[in-house]
Amino acid sequence: MMTAIQKLGRSSIQLCGNVGYAGLFLIKTLVRKPRPIKGAPLLIQELYSIGVFSLPIILVASIFIGMVVGLQGYNILSKFSATEQLGQLVALSVVRELGPVVAALLFAGRAGSALTAEIGLMKTTEQLASMEMMGVDPLWRVIAPRFWAGVISLPLLTMIFCAVAVIGGHVIGVEWLGIDTGAFWSNMQASVDFHLDVLNGIIKSVVFGFIVTWIAVYQGYATEPTAAGISRATTRTVVYSSLAVLGMDFVLTAIMMGGW
Amino acid sequence: MIQQREGLGDLIRIDHLTFQRNQQCIFDDISLTIPKGQITAIMGPSGTGKTTLLQLIGGRLKPNAGHLYYENQCIDGMSNKQLLRLREKMGMLFQNSALFTNLTVYDNVAFPMREHTQLPESFIKDLVLMKLEAVGLRGARNLMPSQLSGGMSRRVALARAMALDPELIMYDEPFTGQDPISMGVLVKLIKHLNDALGMTSIIVSHDVPETASIADYIYILAQGKIVGQGTPQQLADCQDPHVLQFMHGLPDGVVPFHYPAPDYRQDLLASCKEREAS
Repeated sequence: MMTAIQKLGRSSIQLCGNVGYAGLFLIKTLVRKPRPIKGAPLLIQELYSIGVFSLPIILVASIFIGMVVGLQGYNILSKFSATEQLGQLVALSVVRELGPVVAALLFAGRAGSALTAEIGLMKTTEQLASMEMMGVDPLWRVIAPRFWAGVISLPLLTMIFCAVAVIGGHVIGVEWLGIDTGAFWSNMQASVDFHLDVLNGIIKSVVFGFIVTWIAVYQGYATEPTAAGISRATTRTVVYSSLAVLGMDFVLTAIMMGGW
Repeated sequence: MIQQREGLGDLIRIDHLTFQRNQQCIFDDISLTIPKGQITAIMGPSGTGKTTLLQLIGGRLKPNAGHLYYENQCIDGMSNKQLLRLREKMGMLFQNSALFTNLTVYDNVAFPMREHTQLPESFIKDLVLMKLEAVGLRGARNLMPSQLSGGMSRRVALARAMALDPELIMYDEPFTGQDPISMGVLVKLIKHLNDALGMTSIIVSHDVPETASIADYIYILAQGKIVGQGTPQQLADCQDPHVLQFMHGLPDGVVPFHYPAPDYRQDLLASCKEREAS
Protein backbone atom coordinates (compact mmCIF):
# COMPACT_ATOMS: atom_id res chain seq x y z
CA MET A 1 0.00 0.00 0.00
CA MET A 2 2.69 2.44 1.05
CA THR A 3 4.84 1.56 -1.94
CA ALA A 4 1.88 2.11 -4.24
CA ILE A 5 1.39 5.59 -2.82
CA GLN A 6 5.11 6.24 -3.11
CA LYS A 7 5.06 5.12 -6.73
CA LEU A 8 2.09 7.37 -7.47
CA GLY A 9 3.87 10.29 -5.85
CA ARG A 10 7.09 9.65 -7.70
CA SER A 11 5.42 9.34 -11.07
CA SER A 12 3.34 12.48 -10.56
CA ILE A 13 6.45 14.45 -9.59
CA GLN A 14 8.13 13.07 -12.69
CA LEU A 15 5.14 14.06 -14.81
CA CYS A 16 5.24 17.61 -13.48
CA GLY A 17 8.96 17.75 -14.17
CA ASN A 18 8.48 16.55 -17.74
CA VAL A 19 5.72 19.05 -18.41
CA GLY A 20 8.02 21.73 -17.06
CA TYR A 21 10.87 20.66 -19.31
CA ALA A 22 8.54 20.55 -22.31
CA GLY A 23 7.29 24.05 -21.47
CA LEU A 24 10.79 25.48 -21.13
CA PHE A 25 11.73 23.77 -24.37
CA LEU A 26 8.75 25.40 -26.11
CA ILE A 27 9.59 28.84 -24.74
CA LYS A 28 13.23 28.49 -25.80
CA THR A 29 12.10 27.48 -29.28
CA LEU A 30 9.58 30.25 -29.76
CA VAL A 31 11.00 33.25 -27.92
CA ARG A 32 13.78 34.47 -30.13
CA LYS A 33 14.51 37.09 -32.71
CA PRO A 34 12.96 36.03 -36.03
CA ARG A 35 15.39 35.69 -38.93
CA PRO A 36 13.05 35.77 -41.93
CA ILE A 37 15.67 35.64 -44.69
CA LYS A 38 17.32 32.45 -43.42
CA GLY A 39 14.23 31.02 -41.76
CA ALA A 40 11.73 31.27 -44.62
CA PRO A 41 13.30 28.62 -46.90
CA LEU A 42 13.57 26.23 -43.95
CA LEU A 43 9.93 26.79 -43.06
CA ILE A 44 8.76 26.28 -46.63
CA GLN A 45 10.71 23.04 -46.90
CA GLU A 46 9.12 21.74 -43.69
CA LEU A 47 5.65 22.89 -44.75
CA TYR A 48 6.17 20.77 -47.83
CA SER A 49 7.36 17.66 -46.01
CA ILE A 50 4.87 17.93 -43.16
CA GLY A 51 1.82 19.41 -44.84
CA VAL A 52 1.92 18.24 -48.43
CA PHE A 53 2.98 14.70 -47.59
CA SER A 54 0.03 14.41 -45.19
CA LEU A 55 -2.41 15.35 -47.93
CA PRO A 56 -3.07 11.85 -49.38
CA ILE A 57 -4.11 10.30 -46.07
CA ILE A 58 -6.25 13.33 -45.23
CA LEU A 59 -7.98 13.28 -48.63
CA VAL A 60 -8.73 9.56 -48.60
CA ALA A 61 -9.90 9.55 -44.99
CA SER A 62 -12.09 12.61 -45.45
CA ILE A 63 -13.95 11.35 -48.52
CA PHE A 64 -14.79 8.09 -46.74
CA ILE A 65 -15.84 9.82 -43.54
CA GLY A 66 -18.11 12.12 -45.54
CA MET A 67 -19.65 9.14 -47.33
CA VAL A 68 -20.19 7.20 -44.10
CA VAL A 69 -21.81 10.14 -42.36
CA GLY A 70 -23.99 10.60 -45.45
CA LEU A 71 -25.15 6.97 -45.40
CA GLN A 72 -25.78 6.80 -41.66
CA GLY A 73 -27.48 10.18 -41.63
CA TYR A 74 -29.75 9.28 -44.52
CA ASN A 75 -30.89 6.11 -42.75
CA ILE A 76 -31.80 7.95 -39.58
CA LEU A 77 -33.27 11.00 -41.26
CA SER A 78 -35.49 8.87 -43.51
CA LYS A 79 -37.31 7.62 -40.38
CA PHE A 80 -38.43 11.20 -39.79
CA SER A 81 -38.93 11.92 -43.50
CA ALA A 82 -36.34 14.67 -43.18
CA THR A 83 -33.76 13.44 -45.67
CA GLU A 84 -33.42 16.96 -47.17
CA GLN A 85 -31.65 17.90 -43.94
CA LEU A 86 -28.75 15.59 -44.83
CA GLY A 87 -26.56 18.50 -46.03
CA GLN A 88 -26.92 20.21 -42.70
CA LEU A 89 -26.15 17.03 -40.77
CA VAL A 90 -23.01 16.23 -42.75
CA ALA A 91 -21.68 19.77 -42.69
CA LEU A 92 -22.28 20.39 -39.00
CA SER A 93 -20.86 17.10 -37.75
CA VAL A 94 -17.81 17.41 -39.96
CA VAL A 95 -17.05 21.07 -39.40
CA ARG A 96 -17.65 21.05 -35.65
CA GLU A 97 -16.21 17.75 -34.54
CA LEU A 98 -15.10 15.14 -37.04
CA GLY A 99 -12.96 17.43 -39.18
CA PRO A 100 -10.68 18.89 -36.52
CA VAL A 101 -10.46 15.73 -34.41
CA VAL A 102 -9.95 13.11 -37.12
CA ALA A 103 -7.56 15.32 -39.06
CA ALA A 104 -5.53 15.88 -35.87
CA LEU A 105 -5.45 12.14 -35.10
CA LEU A 106 -4.32 11.31 -38.63
CA PHE A 107 -1.81 14.15 -38.51
CA ALA A 108 -0.37 12.78 -35.26
CA GLY A 109 -0.01 9.37 -36.85
CA ARG A 110 1.44 10.55 -40.14
CA ALA A 111 3.40 13.74 -39.46
CA GLY A 112 3.87 13.65 -35.68
CA SER A 113 5.49 10.24 -35.60
CA ALA A 114 7.68 11.13 -38.58
CA LEU A 115 8.82 14.32 -36.84
CA THR A 116 9.70 12.46 -33.65
CA ALA A 117 11.58 9.76 -35.51
CA GLU A 118 13.48 12.27 -37.64
CA ILE A 119 14.55 14.48 -34.74
CA GLY A 120 15.27 11.45 -32.56
CA LEU A 121 17.50 9.99 -35.25
CA MET A 122 19.32 13.30 -35.62
CA LYS A 123 19.95 13.23 -31.88
CA THR A 124 21.05 9.60 -31.84
CA THR A 125 23.54 10.12 -34.66
CA GLU A 126 24.91 13.22 -32.89
CA GLN A 127 23.77 15.54 -35.69
CA LEU A 128 22.19 17.89 -33.16
CA ALA A 129 25.33 17.82 -31.01
CA SER A 130 27.55 18.54 -33.99
CA MET A 131 25.30 21.44 -34.96
CA GLU A 132 25.69 22.82 -31.45
CA MET A 133 29.45 22.42 -31.68
CA MET A 134 29.40 24.38 -34.94
CA GLY A 135 27.80 27.24 -33.08
CA VAL A 136 24.36 26.74 -34.63
CA ASP A 137 21.46 26.43 -32.22
CA PRO A 138 19.49 23.29 -33.15
CA LEU A 139 16.37 24.72 -31.52
CA TRP A 140 16.43 27.46 -34.12
CA ARG A 141 17.70 25.46 -37.08
CA VAL A 142 15.84 22.16 -36.61
CA ILE A 143 13.02 22.50 -34.09
CA ALA A 144 11.48 25.90 -34.77
CA PRO A 145 10.77 25.44 -38.52
CA ARG A 146 9.21 22.04 -37.89
CA PHE A 147 7.10 23.37 -35.06
CA TRP A 148 5.72 26.31 -37.05
CA ALA A 149 5.18 24.13 -40.10
CA GLY A 150 3.01 21.78 -38.00
CA VAL A 151 1.02 24.63 -36.46
CA ILE A 152 0.36 26.12 -39.90
CA SER A 153 -0.34 22.89 -41.78
CA LEU A 154 -2.92 21.26 -39.53
CA PRO A 155 -5.58 24.03 -39.80
CA LEU A 156 -5.13 24.04 -43.59
CA LEU A 157 -5.40 20.26 -43.73
CA THR A 158 -8.50 20.44 -41.54
CA MET A 159 -10.18 22.87 -43.93
CA ILE A 160 -9.40 20.59 -46.85
CA PHE A 161 -10.69 17.65 -44.80
CA CYS A 162 -14.02 19.39 -44.11
CA ALA A 163 -14.52 20.47 -47.72
CA VAL A 164 -13.78 17.00 -49.10
CA ALA A 165 -15.98 15.32 -46.48
CA VAL A 166 -18.92 17.52 -47.49
CA ILE A 167 -18.32 16.51 -51.09
CA GLY A 168 -18.31 12.87 -49.93
CA GLY A 169 -21.69 13.41 -48.26
CA HIS A 170 -22.96 15.05 -51.43
CA VAL A 171 -21.85 12.10 -53.55
CA ILE A 172 -23.78 9.68 -51.35
CA GLY A 173 -26.81 11.85 -50.64
CA VAL A 174 -27.43 13.42 -54.02
CA GLU A 175 -25.81 11.17 -56.61
CA TRP A 176 -26.60 7.85 -55.02
CA LEU A 177 -29.65 8.24 -52.76
CA GLY A 178 -31.34 10.87 -54.84
CA ILE A 179 -31.86 13.84 -52.55
CA ASP A 180 -32.51 17.11 -54.35
CA THR A 181 -29.24 19.05 -54.91
CA GLY A 182 -30.84 22.38 -54.13
CA ALA A 183 -32.29 21.14 -50.85
CA PHE A 184 -28.97 19.61 -49.87
CA TRP A 185 -27.01 22.83 -50.36
CA SER A 186 -29.62 25.36 -49.24
CA ASN A 187 -30.33 23.54 -45.97
CA MET A 188 -26.60 23.46 -45.33
CA GLN A 189 -26.24 27.13 -46.12
CA ALA A 190 -29.12 28.08 -43.87
CA SER A 191 -27.92 26.21 -40.81
CA VAL A 192 -24.11 26.45 -40.77
CA ASP A 193 -23.01 29.61 -39.06
CA PHE A 194 -19.59 31.00 -39.91
CA HIS A 195 -18.72 32.21 -36.44
CA LEU A 196 -20.31 29.46 -34.37
CA ASP A 197 -19.39 26.47 -36.50
CA VAL A 198 -16.66 27.15 -39.04
CA LEU A 199 -14.55 29.49 -36.93
CA ASN A 200 -14.82 27.28 -33.87
CA GLY A 201 -13.68 24.31 -35.91
CA ILE A 202 -10.68 26.26 -37.15
CA ILE A 203 -9.81 27.38 -33.62
CA LYS A 204 -9.90 23.76 -32.53
CA SER A 205 -7.59 22.74 -35.34
CA VAL A 206 -5.10 25.49 -34.48
CA VAL A 207 -5.03 24.29 -30.86
CA PHE A 208 -4.66 20.68 -31.96
CA GLY A 209 -1.87 21.59 -34.38
CA PHE A 210 -0.04 23.34 -31.56
CA ILE A 211 -0.41 20.40 -29.16
CA VAL A 212 0.41 17.61 -31.60
CA THR A 213 3.51 19.31 -33.02
CA TRP A 214 4.70 20.35 -29.58
CA ILE A 215 4.48 16.78 -28.31
CA ALA A 216 6.13 15.44 -31.46
CA VAL A 217 9.14 17.76 -31.49
CA TYR A 218 9.63 17.53 -27.73
CA GLN A 219 9.53 13.74 -27.75
CA GLY A 220 12.04 13.74 -30.60
CA TYR A 221 14.35 16.17 -28.85
CA ALA A 222 14.15 14.30 -25.52
CA THR A 223 14.65 10.88 -27.10
CA GLU A 224 16.95 8.52 -25.32
CA PRO A 225 19.71 8.21 -27.94
CA THR A 226 19.34 4.54 -28.84
CA ALA A 227 17.33 2.64 -31.45
CA ALA A 228 14.92 1.42 -28.78
CA GLY A 229 14.65 4.97 -27.48
CA ILE A 230 13.50 6.25 -30.88
CA SER A 231 10.81 3.60 -31.17
CA ARG A 232 9.56 4.35 -27.65
CA ALA A 233 9.50 8.07 -28.35
CA THR A 234 7.55 7.57 -31.58
CA THR A 235 4.99 5.45 -29.80
CA ARG A 236 4.69 8.02 -27.03
CA THR A 237 4.12 10.78 -29.57
CA VAL A 238 1.17 9.01 -31.14
CA VAL A 239 -0.36 7.94 -27.80
CA TYR A 240 0.09 11.24 -25.99
CA SER A 241 -1.00 13.42 -28.85
CA SER A 242 -4.09 11.31 -29.58
CA LEU A 243 -5.15 11.44 -25.94
CA ALA A 244 -4.35 15.14 -25.69
CA VAL A 245 -6.40 15.87 -28.82
CA LEU A 246 -9.43 13.96 -27.58
CA GLY A 247 -9.24 15.47 -24.10
CA MET A 248 -8.68 18.97 -25.40
CA ASP A 249 -11.58 18.53 -27.83
CA PHE A 250 -13.94 17.98 -24.92
CA VAL A 251 -12.62 21.05 -23.08
CA LEU A 252 -12.88 23.26 -26.17
CA THR A 253 -16.36 22.00 -27.04
CA ALA A 254 -17.49 22.68 -23.49
CA ILE A 255 -16.14 26.23 -23.67
CA MET A 256 -17.65 26.86 -27.10
CA MET A 257 -21.05 25.39 -26.23
CA GLY A 258 -21.05 27.43 -23.05
CA GLY A 259 -22.07 30.45 -25.08
CA TRP A 260 -18.71 31.76 -26.18
CA MET B 1 51.41 18.74 -11.84
CA ILE B 2 51.20 21.25 -14.69
CA GLN B 3 54.35 21.36 -16.70
CA GLN B 4 55.16 24.39 -18.76
CA ARG B 5 56.30 23.37 -22.18
CA GLU B 6 57.96 25.47 -24.82
CA GLY B 7 55.93 26.97 -27.60
CA LEU B 8 53.34 29.65 -28.24
CA GLY B 9 51.59 29.30 -24.90
CA ASP B 10 48.48 27.40 -24.03
CA LEU B 11 45.21 27.47 -25.92
CA ILE B 12 43.23 25.50 -23.36
CA ARG B 13 43.95 25.35 -19.68
CA ILE B 14 41.99 23.03 -17.41
CA ASP B 15 42.28 23.91 -13.78
CA HIS B 16 41.33 21.49 -10.98
CA LEU B 17 38.34 20.16 -12.89
CA THR B 18 35.85 17.93 -11.11
CA PHE B 19 32.85 16.53 -12.92
CA GLN B 20 30.19 14.14 -11.71
CA ARG B 21 27.35 12.51 -13.53
CA ASN B 22 24.59 10.61 -11.69
CA GLN B 23 26.60 10.57 -8.43
CA GLN B 24 29.46 8.99 -10.34
CA CYS B 25 32.72 10.88 -10.37
CA ILE B 26 34.00 11.14 -13.96
CA PHE B 27 36.87 13.55 -13.30
CA ASP B 28 38.42 14.10 -9.92
CA ASP B 29 40.45 17.29 -9.69
CA ILE B 30 42.40 17.07 -12.92
CA SER B 31 44.54 19.82 -14.42
CA LEU B 32 46.06 19.85 -17.86
CA THR B 33 47.01 22.23 -20.63
CA ILE B 34 46.73 22.08 -24.40
CA PRO B 35 49.56 24.06 -26.01
CA LYS B 36 48.98 25.98 -29.23
CA GLY B 37 49.99 24.48 -32.53
CA GLN B 38 50.58 20.98 -31.18
CA ILE B 39 48.77 17.67 -31.23
CA THR B 40 47.81 16.68 -27.74
CA ALA B 41 46.34 13.24 -27.19
CA ILE B 42 44.07 12.26 -24.36
CA MET B 43 44.05 8.52 -23.97
CA GLY B 44 42.60 6.00 -21.62
CA PRO B 45 40.42 2.93 -21.45
CA SER B 46 36.79 3.12 -22.65
CA GLY B 47 34.43 4.74 -20.22
CA THR B 48 36.94 7.05 -18.59
CA GLY B 49 35.11 10.11 -19.87
CA LYS B 50 37.40 11.16 -22.67
CA THR B 51 34.47 12.28 -24.81
CA THR B 52 32.99 14.03 -21.78
CA LEU B 53 36.18 16.07 -21.54
CA LEU B 54 35.70 17.30 -25.12
CA GLN B 55 32.11 18.23 -24.31
CA LEU B 56 33.33 20.19 -21.30
CA ILE B 57 35.84 22.04 -23.49
CA GLY B 58 33.07 22.78 -25.98
CA GLY B 59 30.91 24.12 -23.17
CA ARG B 60 28.12 21.60 -23.69
CA LEU B 61 28.53 20.45 -20.08
CA LYS B 62 29.36 22.45 -16.98
CA PRO B 63 31.93 21.23 -14.43
CA ASN B 64 30.97 20.68 -10.80
CA ALA B 65 34.15 22.37 -9.63
CA GLY B 66 37.20 23.90 -11.23
CA HIS B 67 37.43 25.89 -14.44
CA LEU B 68 38.30 25.58 -18.11
CA TYR B 69 39.97 28.43 -19.93
CA TYR B 70 40.20 29.17 -23.63
CA GLU B 71 42.99 31.71 -24.02
CA ASN B 72 42.24 32.97 -20.50
CA GLN B 73 38.48 33.22 -21.15
CA CYS B 74 36.60 31.08 -18.68
CA ILE B 75 34.50 28.61 -20.72
CA ASP B 76 32.22 27.48 -17.89
CA GLY B 77 31.26 31.06 -17.03
CA MET B 78 30.08 31.98 -20.53
CA SER B 79 26.53 32.78 -21.58
CA ASN B 80 24.90 30.74 -24.33
CA LYS B 81 25.55 33.49 -26.86
CA GLN B 82 29.24 33.69 -26.01
CA LEU B 83 29.49 29.91 -26.20
CA LEU B 84 27.99 29.84 -29.69
CA ARG B 85 30.54 32.43 -30.76
CA LEU B 86 33.38 30.53 -29.10
CA ARG B 87 32.41 27.34 -30.90
CA GLU B 88 32.92 29.05 -34.26
CA LYS B 89 36.62 28.90 -33.37
CA MET B 90 36.44 25.18 -32.62
CA GLY B 91 35.93 22.25 -34.92
CA MET B 92 34.94 18.87 -33.70
CA LEU B 93 35.04 15.51 -35.42
CA PHE B 94 32.47 13.22 -33.89
CA GLN B 95 32.92 9.54 -33.28
CA ASN B 96 30.31 8.54 -35.87
CA SER B 97 30.97 11.52 -38.17
CA ALA B 98 27.51 13.04 -37.48
CA LEU B 99 27.03 14.21 -41.08
CA PHE B 100 23.63 15.70 -41.83
CA THR B 101 21.94 12.80 -43.56
CA ASN B 102 19.54 14.94 -45.60
CA LEU B 103 22.29 17.03 -47.19
CA THR B 104 24.88 16.14 -49.83
CA VAL B 105 28.59 16.07 -49.07
CA TYR B 106 28.91 19.50 -50.64
CA ASP B 107 26.09 21.01 -48.55
CA ASN B 108 27.44 19.39 -45.40
CA VAL B 109 30.76 21.14 -45.81
CA ALA B 110 29.08 24.38 -46.85
CA PHE B 111 26.72 24.31 -43.85
CA PRO B 112 28.90 26.15 -41.30
CA MET B 113 29.93 28.75 -43.88
CA ARG B 114 26.33 29.44 -44.86
CA GLU B 115 25.32 29.72 -41.23
CA HIS B 116 28.11 31.95 -40.01
CA THR B 117 29.24 34.04 -42.94
CA GLN B 118 27.63 36.34 -45.49
CA LEU B 119 29.86 35.08 -48.29
CA PRO B 120 28.38 34.87 -51.79
CA GLU B 121 27.59 31.36 -53.02
CA SER B 122 30.35 31.43 -55.68
CA PHE B 123 32.92 32.09 -52.97
CA ILE B 124 31.52 29.35 -50.76
CA LYS B 125 31.80 26.95 -53.68
CA ASP B 126 35.52 27.64 -54.05
CA LEU B 127 36.08 27.20 -50.32
CA VAL B 128 34.13 23.93 -50.18
CA LEU B 129 36.08 22.54 -53.11
CA MET B 130 39.34 23.51 -51.42
CA LYS B 131 38.34 21.79 -48.18
CA LEU B 132 37.19 18.68 -50.02
CA GLU B 133 40.39 18.65 -52.08
CA ALA B 134 42.41 18.68 -48.86
CA VAL B 135 40.73 15.46 -47.72
CA GLY B 136 40.80 13.98 -51.22
CA LEU B 137 37.04 13.84 -51.79
CA ARG B 138 36.43 16.63 -54.28
CA GLY B 139 35.01 14.05 -56.68
CA ALA B 140 32.48 12.83 -54.12
CA ARG B 141 30.78 16.16 -53.58
CA ASN B 142 27.41 15.17 -54.99
CA LEU B 143 27.06 11.95 -53.00
CA MET B 144 24.75 11.60 -50.03
CA PRO B 145 26.23 10.56 -46.64
CA SER B 146 24.52 7.15 -46.90
CA GLN B 147 26.58 6.41 -50.02
CA LEU B 148 29.92 6.96 -48.29
CA SER B 149 32.10 4.37 -46.60
CA GLY B 150 33.03 4.87 -42.94
CA GLY B 151 36.45 6.28 -43.73
CA MET B 152 35.08 8.63 -46.39
CA SER B 153 32.36 10.01 -44.15
CA ARG B 154 34.94 10.68 -41.47
CA ARG B 155 37.01 12.61 -43.99
CA VAL B 156 33.95 14.62 -45.04
CA ALA B 157 33.28 15.36 -41.37
CA LEU B 158 36.88 16.49 -41.09
CA ALA B 159 36.43 18.83 -44.04
CA ARG B 160 33.29 20.19 -42.41
CA ALA B 161 35.02 20.62 -39.04
CA MET B 162 37.69 22.80 -40.65
CA ALA B 163 35.29 24.70 -42.86
CA LEU B 164 35.64 27.89 -40.85
CA ASP B 165 39.41 27.46 -40.33
CA PRO B 166 39.13 26.87 -36.58
CA GLU B 167 41.97 27.47 -34.15
CA LEU B 168 41.23 24.25 -32.34
CA ILE B 169 40.07 20.95 -33.72
CA MET B 170 38.96 18.09 -31.51
CA TYR B 171 38.94 14.52 -32.74
CA ASP B 172 36.71 12.11 -30.87
CA GLU B 173 37.99 8.57 -31.49
CA PRO B 174 39.01 9.28 -35.11
CA PHE B 175 40.49 5.81 -35.69
CA THR B 176 37.77 3.60 -34.24
CA GLY B 177 36.29 1.16 -36.70
CA GLN B 178 38.53 2.10 -39.63
CA ASP B 179 40.28 -0.31 -41.94
CA PRO B 180 44.09 -0.06 -42.08
CA ILE B 181 44.09 2.03 -45.26
CA SER B 182 41.68 4.70 -44.09
CA MET B 183 43.38 4.63 -40.70
CA GLY B 184 46.65 5.50 -42.43
CA VAL B 185 44.92 8.23 -44.44
CA LEU B 186 43.42 9.77 -41.30
CA VAL B 187 46.70 9.67 -39.38
CA LYS B 188 48.45 11.43 -42.24
CA LEU B 189 45.64 13.97 -42.67
CA ILE B 190 45.50 14.92 -38.99
CA LYS B 191 49.25 15.44 -38.83
CA HIS B 192 49.36 17.28 -42.12
CA LEU B 193 46.45 19.61 -41.35
CA ASN B 194 47.84 20.44 -37.94
CA ASP B 195 51.24 21.36 -39.33
CA ALA B 196 50.11 23.07 -42.52
CA LEU B 197 47.33 25.20 -41.05
CA GLY B 198 48.90 25.88 -37.68
CA MET B 199 45.89 24.51 -35.83
CA THR B 200 45.85 23.06 -32.37
CA SER B 201 44.58 19.49 -32.20
CA ILE B 202 43.21 17.35 -29.42
CA ILE B 203 42.87 13.66 -30.15
CA VAL B 204 40.81 11.51 -27.88
CA SER B 205 41.57 7.90 -28.62
CA HIS B 206 42.51 4.50 -27.32
CA ASP B 207 44.35 3.38 -30.42
CA VAL B 208 47.85 3.51 -28.99
CA PRO B 209 50.23 3.07 -31.97
CA GLU B 210 48.36 5.40 -34.35
CA THR B 211 47.97 8.14 -31.78
CA ALA B 212 51.49 7.81 -30.46
CA SER B 213 52.87 8.15 -33.99
CA ILE B 214 51.53 11.71 -34.42
CA ALA B 215 50.94 13.14 -30.93
CA ASP B 216 53.35 15.65 -29.47
CA TYR B 217 52.20 15.05 -25.93
CA ILE B 218 49.94 12.43 -24.35
CA TYR B 219 47.84 12.42 -21.22
CA ILE B 220 46.56 9.08 -19.95
CA LEU B 221 43.35 9.15 -17.94
CA ALA B 222 42.07 6.36 -15.73
CA GLN B 223 39.44 6.38 -13.02
CA GLY B 224 39.01 10.14 -13.15
CA LYS B 225 42.69 10.94 -12.70
CA ILE B 226 45.64 11.63 -14.95
CA VAL B 227 47.80 8.57 -14.38
CA GLY B 228 50.52 9.37 -16.84
CA GLN B 229 51.71 12.10 -19.18
CA GLY B 230 54.61 12.80 -21.44
CA THR B 231 55.82 12.54 -24.99
CA PRO B 232 55.08 9.21 -26.70
CA GLN B 233 58.69 8.14 -26.15
CA GLN B 234 58.59 8.93 -22.44
CA LEU B 235 55.35 7.00 -22.00
CA ALA B 236 56.65 3.99 -23.90
CA ASP B 237 59.51 3.76 -21.41
CA CYS B 238 57.37 4.58 -18.38
CA GLN B 239 57.22 1.94 -15.67
CA ASP B 240 54.06 3.16 -13.92
CA PRO B 241 51.70 0.13 -13.79
CA HIS B 242 48.67 2.02 -15.23
CA VAL B 243 50.68 3.40 -18.14
CA LEU B 244 52.46 0.12 -18.70
CA GLN B 245 49.24 -1.84 -18.93
CA PHE B 246 47.54 0.68 -21.21
CA MET B 247 50.41 1.39 -23.60
CA HIS B 248 51.19 -2.28 -24.11
CA GLY B 249 47.66 -3.61 -23.99
CA LEU B 250 48.19 -6.15 -21.21
CA PRO B 251 45.04 -8.11 -20.34
CA ASP B 252 45.54 -8.10 -16.58
CA GLY B 253 47.12 -5.54 -14.32
CA VAL B 254 45.92 -2.51 -12.41
CA VAL B 255 42.73 -2.70 -14.44
CA PRO B 256 41.72 -6.25 -13.51
CA PHE B 257 40.54 -8.81 -16.04
CA HIS B 258 37.67 -9.83 -13.73
CA TYR B 259 34.67 -7.72 -12.94
CA PRO B 260 34.38 -7.52 -9.11
CA ALA B 261 32.76 -10.79 -7.91
CA PRO B 262 32.59 -12.93 -4.77
CA ASP B 263 35.17 -15.63 -4.31
CA TYR B 264 35.13 -18.06 -7.25
CA ARG B 265 35.29 -21.23 -5.14
CA GLN B 266 32.48 -20.11 -2.83
CA ASP B 267 30.30 -19.15 -5.81
CA LEU B 268 30.65 -22.65 -7.26
CA LEU B 269 30.19 -24.39 -3.91
CA ALA B 270 27.04 -22.37 -3.27
CA SER B 271 25.39 -23.78 -6.40
CA CYS B 272 26.45 -27.31 -5.36
CA LYS B 273 24.79 -26.85 -1.99
CA GLU B 274 21.60 -25.62 -3.64
CA ARG B 275 21.50 -28.74 -5.80
CA GLU B 276 21.96 -30.99 -2.79
CA ALA B 277 19.24 -29.17 -0.90
CA SER B 278 16.76 -29.69 -3.69
